Amino acid sequence: MLDFLSMVFTIDFFYSIFRITAPILFATLGAVVVEKAGISNIGLEGIMMSSALFGSLTAYWSGAWYVGVLVALAVGIVLGFVMGFFAFNLKTDIILTGIAMNMVGSGGMLFLVRVITNLTEGRAMASTTSLITANLQIPAVHIPLLEDIPILGPILSGHSVLTYLAFILVFLTWVMLYKTSLGLNIRSVGENPNAASSVGISVIRIKYIAIAFSGAMAGLGGAFMSMYYAMGWSQDMVAGRGFIALAAQAMGAGEPLGSMLAAMVFGFAQAFGIKVSAIGVDSNLVSPIPYVVTILGLVVFALVARRRAKHQHSAAALEKLASKA
Amino acid sequence: MAEARAAAENSVEEYVVQMKGITKVYPNGIAANQDVDLFVKKGEIHALMGENGAGKSTLMKMLFGLEQPTSGEIIINGEKVNLTSPTVAISKGIGMVHQHFMLVPSLTVAENMVLGIVPKKSGIFIDYKKAVEITKEYSQRFNLHVEPDAKVMDIPVGMKQKVEILKALVRGAKILILDEPTAVLTTQETTELFKELIHLKEQGYTIIFISHKLNEIMEITDRLTILRGGKSMGVHNTRDVTKEEISRLMVGRDVVLSVQKDVAKPTDTVLKVRDMEYVNEWGKKMLDKVSFSVRKGEILGIAGVEGNGQKELVDMLFNLNTPNAGTATVNGENILGLPQRKIREKGVSLVPEDRMVFGIAGDGTIEENLISDRCGSKDLNRGPLFNMNAIHDSCKKLIEDYLILCKSGKQKVKMLSGGNIQKVVVAREFSNDPVLIIADQPTRGIDVGATEFIRKKLVELSRSGIAVLLISADLSEVMELSDSLIVMYGGKIAAYFEDTRELNDEIMGEYMLGLKRQPEEQVRRVCHE
Ligand SMILES: Nc1ncnc2c1ncn2[C@@H]1O[C@H](COP(=O)(O)OP(=O)(O)OP(=O)(O)O)[C@@H](O)[C@H]1O
Ligand SMILES: [Mg+2]
Repeated sequence: MLDFLSMVFTIDFFYSIFRITAPILFATLGAVVVEKAGISNIGLEGIMMSSALFGSLTAYWSGAWYVGVLVALAVGIVLGFVMGFFAFNLKTDIILTGIAMNMVGSGGMLFLVRVITNLTEGRAMASTTSLITANLQIPAVHIPLLEDIPILGPILSGHSVLTYLAFILVFLTWVMLYKTSLGLNIRSVGENPNAASSVGISVIRIKYIAIAFSGAMAGLGGAFMSMYYAMGWSQDMVAGRGFIALAAQAMGAGEPLGSMLAAMVFGFAQAFGIKVSAIGVDSNLVSPIPYVVTILGLVVFALVARRRAKHQHSAAALEKLASKA
Repeated sequence: MAEARAAAENSVEEYVVQMKGITKVYPNGIAANQDVDLFVKKGEIHALMGENGAGKSTLMKMLFGLEQPTSGEIIINGEKVNLTSPTVAISKGIGMVHQHFMLVPSLTVAENMVLGIVPKKSGIFIDYKKAVEITKEYSQRFNLHVEPDAKVMDIPVGMKQKVEILKALVRGAKILILDEPTAVLTTQETTELFKELIHLKEQGYTIIFISHKLNEIMEITDRLTILRGGKSMGVHNTRDVTKEEISRLMVGRDVVLSVQKDVAKPTDTVLKVRDMEYVNEWGKKMLDKVSFSVRKGEILGIAGVEGNGQKELVDMLFNLNTPNAGTATVNGENILGLPQRKIREKGVSLVPEDRMVFGIAGDGTIEENLISDRCGSKDLNRGPLFNMNAIHDSCKKLIEDYLILCKSGKQKVKMLSGGNIQKVVVAREFSNDPVLIIADQPTRGIDVGATEFIRKKLVELSRSGIAVLLISADLSEVMELSDSLIVMYGGKIAAYFEDTRELNDEIMGEYMLGLKRQPEEQVRRVCHE
């Protein structure tokens, strides 16, 4: 048993948690902000897929990884706006819009990659894995002093630029939500749109900003997937991370920090699955682990939320009483 | 010529709001306002009155830019305006406190105050300290006490109301629209609000005030405009009209304002509550050995300042909460802890206090809401399917009987005016052959005509042998409508009055505020043992 533990919980296992968490975390932050505005964007998965493809293609064409990342970001934002246009202006159901986005992300991108590569490369390819070479991978950063600390150093240092960005964005998202007027507007639109519009806040504008933000985050997550996590785009490569992000958002009670921790729980579960199957455990036994963790996480979250709601309810009642007395 | 112009200018001076020939037809074809005139003088408190669905809120929504008139013009301070959005209305000095609160519950009072006009530091960050300062400053200037740092979800309704008023004032409103501000307030809170409104009036603010409570209108307003069925019934000086006249103008017939009922002849006990105790999560005793009985053929009222255990008591009886000790039976059978459907099967009906949350499903149609408690009954089903004709017929009858103002039973309930939503709830709860009706604030937010109707119905049902438990924050309502009455204070029954006819506000007040309490034996008589 002890043997098993020391085989699993190695330094590179902990290192991999961050690598695996990063794309989930990007999408999670998108989910956090968009949910705060009262919108359930289940299309994150599709946006990740789309921006992953365009990121890898443009990185290959331009020969620069950062061009790929910026394009992925831009594609995410544009797709966010597109979803917003359908959902807010044309009043389509937001869930159906999300499903459509996901179909675009899987089938649509496979179609596009074949068409595009047929034009540019002269043959229809089903993936871009052959195009992305090591020099197009998002570079890793070695953090001077941190690097030298034993155990902690190799776990925390040497990650990609985007990995660090993901964690920095947790803090920035929190600042945006709670310290800026944009965040205040987003929260009020999500909670009581009538209240927001009655004081002159443009509800639709705020919703557009929120969904574009979620698109941007999913875009970065997509770039991470095709240009760091895997080398190049291939079908179904995002593998449900956009949905896991929604679960993380819910488990973290919609707060940036809590959702980050939840995303790390999923990162841990996936890393565990990978590691355990690497040391020879049947992968059929291992592959459900992340999903079981998701379900358990949501159950725990629901229980906590119920307790909290009850608590709040009576707190409000008490407050009422105290003020009457 | 010069004279005419002078007169015109004079009227410009005099009227801050002129709404002329306003007609509003909603997209679904309902003409909520037809050729309505509303002229409001500077510095007056102007009442807007009318039955549920008469179009009061609609008229005010147009003045606040939330809806646009189909035709007609609006002139503010002598200037013709096109109020396309609340932002425009706010810039013209109009502020509105809505019938249903427009606050964000998870934000603090200060944050709600500055929503949309957030003070910033270094360009992007919220200057929360400044927000608190602004809140404090306005709160002091207008003598409206609020807690800047408290979350809105934690503050009492009275304070929410003040936040709403302050919100309008912070945005520079000189004309305040208050849509039924007192519907959710207790007597004390209302008194306080009125003081504040008079204070505002003295400072030159103009107030448009909507309320169904005639006493309030008589007490606080200078003039009043009456709407009936979307049309204006003219404007009057408040001191020149009587309550009866106002009611007649509103309803189009004479309204009996006092309750007519013969002496109750109660028989067997129906609801029997014994030694009910409840300690809330914070260790506060909300129900303390509460025991009483309600008998067939009587209306037992529960009076008391809100928050003294009435809400908890109702929650227990309908299994929305679990007591720590005690029993409750209906016709000898336990009802505590049963699923609501089982409680209903025993013949218990509930008109809940919060109609929007517990009374209706807003997106359902009127018909769906009317049958929601009986959709399994044989009469409404044919085999495994609904008998749509039977449903339609029975609902049609209820809509007629209960005077629900709607285009058809297929309309969504949330589209109805507040009072008509309440009528849907009442129609359902009164028509399912109950043995016991628990009526929690049954006439809140309802016009005089409908109030008269519901009160009459309650008396009629009780005289036909149904037990009625009536909870109401409206003191005159409990006193007039109940045959006998208990007062709750601090989770205990502080007094029992066998005959309400010998009561007055003062005696009641002493018990409600906890200054007096009857001896145990006297209170115990409400158990009828
Ligand atoms: N958004 C809407 N769409 C369609 N019809 C509406 C809408 N809002 C209100 N109505 C209808 O317009 C009429 C007037 O409603 P309004 O809310 O102005 O009444 P009210 O006088 O304020 O009544 P109450 O005293 O019950 O609040 C009602 O018949 C109502 O059903
Ligand atoms: Mg209204």
